[in-house]
Amino acid sequence: MSVAIRVIPCLDVDAGRVVKGVNFENLKDAGDPVELAKRYGAAGADELIFLDITASSSDRETTYEMVKRAADELFIPLTVGGGVRSVSDVDQLLRAGADKVGINTAGLDNPELISQAAAQFGDQCVVLSVDVRRATGCPSGFEATTHGGRNSSGRDALEWIIEAAQRGAGEVLLNSMDADGTKNGYDLALISAVRAVVDIPIIASGGAGKLTDFHPAVVAGADAVLAASVFHFNELSIQDVKSELRSNGNEVR
Amino acid sequence: MTTVVILDYGSGNVRSAQRAVETTGATVSISADFEIALNADALLVPGVGAFAACVAGLKNVRGDQIIGRRLAGGRPVLGICVGMQVLFEKSTEHAELGFHPGLNEWPGTVDQLTAPVLPHMGWNNVVAANESQMFAGISDERFYFVHSYAARKWELDPYELLSPPKVSWANHGEDFVAAVENGPLWATQFHPEKSGDAGLALLGNWISAIK
Repeated sequence: MSVAIRVIPCLDVDAGRVVKGVNFENLKDAGDPVELAKRYGAAGADELIFLDITASSSDRETTYEMVKRAADELFIPLTVGGGVRSVSDVDQLLRAGADKVGINTAGLDNPELISQAAAQFGDQCVVLSVDVRRATGCPSGFEATTHGGRNSSGRDALEWIIEAAQRGAGEVLLNSMDADGTKNGYDLALISAVRAVVDIPIIASGGAGKLTDFHPAVVAGADAVLAASVFHFNELSIQDVKSELRSNGNEVR
Repeated sequence: MTTVVILDYGSGNVRSAQRAVETTGATVSISADFEIALNADALLVPGVGAFAACVAGLKNVRGDQIIGRRLAGGRPVLGICVGMQVLFEKSTEHAELGFHPGLNEWPGTVDQLTAPVLPHMGWNNVVAANESQMFAGISDERFYFVHSYAARKWELDPYELLSPPKVSWANHGEDFVAAVENGPLWATQFHPEKSGDAGLALLGNWISAIK
């Protein structure tokens, strides 16, 4: 008996609409994040993540409205990330009904944001979201990037994760930019490297393509496994992933 | 219709708790009003964030008196997460002087868990107390936890009491108190409002026990 490995679908949302499409049968509105969230909740998702990629800050109200609607219908934890710049942004997302808030680029620009959010709202609702790629110039060989992997931050990824955990981040959403989109499996070397330096939970992200990809991520040290397109396009079901994890000796819900 | 008040003392996401309790058919409001909170059929005390901040927030709205007077009159109270922790005597969370005092409904200390990964975040099993009403029909389900501190011992002597509390346990690194049914005072370390159908069923059990 121990805490179950969490299986987490991630939805990319732009101005209140799901991007990259989701291919489910019998959906009234395949672009509505709330309808999809309910669908995933019923399908056994342990948690949901909305990644808000809305470019314009004037559309933030749409995001809050969406989070409110989702939180009203969903009785599993909801994390919202993307575009979080300030303590006030964190506050508004939590008030709208998010349980946890992902902080990415703004944390690298201003690490104090992590400390302030953790002090004000508790460690448990601050998720450090970090987009990592291999870089020979960094001591650990891994670099933290910003703006969804487009820009180099110049910071060693492991150093940054250690600092953020010390500042009060309660969890790390570890996105491998090298594995992302490849469907060749999670970035096991990265997960192991992070597991060795922090004791907060790790959500592995990037690279999931087939059922056998999930267990190795857990062996490498992940507490939760995130996937997007394989779930959205019905290539894998959440229950199939859980069965595979269970048959390898992992506890799942 | 059962009326439930969620005590609004500045603690986090109370909207989810409201929606979840509403699924049981109860009429739910969010309030910090002394009389309203005192007179509702049932009171839910949420809690996220730091122990000392929650105790201070509760005292600001005289939550300690509301809880104390309700319990003296046998009126139901459910504490969730830090809303459960504050019911104990004290906590060592961020306490440079040893501990922060709680509401002292129960003896015992809320301490950091010893576990390889903290916070304890995710869905875990609960070993339900014998004849638990809270877990009736859902004793094999998992519930959603997110916390680093917990009561690792239950110190209230059961032999002194006519009706001993039912204490349910969970394990993360070590055993800790996951839930308590102590007459009108119930509490869960996990979040029933975030525990899917099992959590809604638990809230249903609470409301049924009140009727």
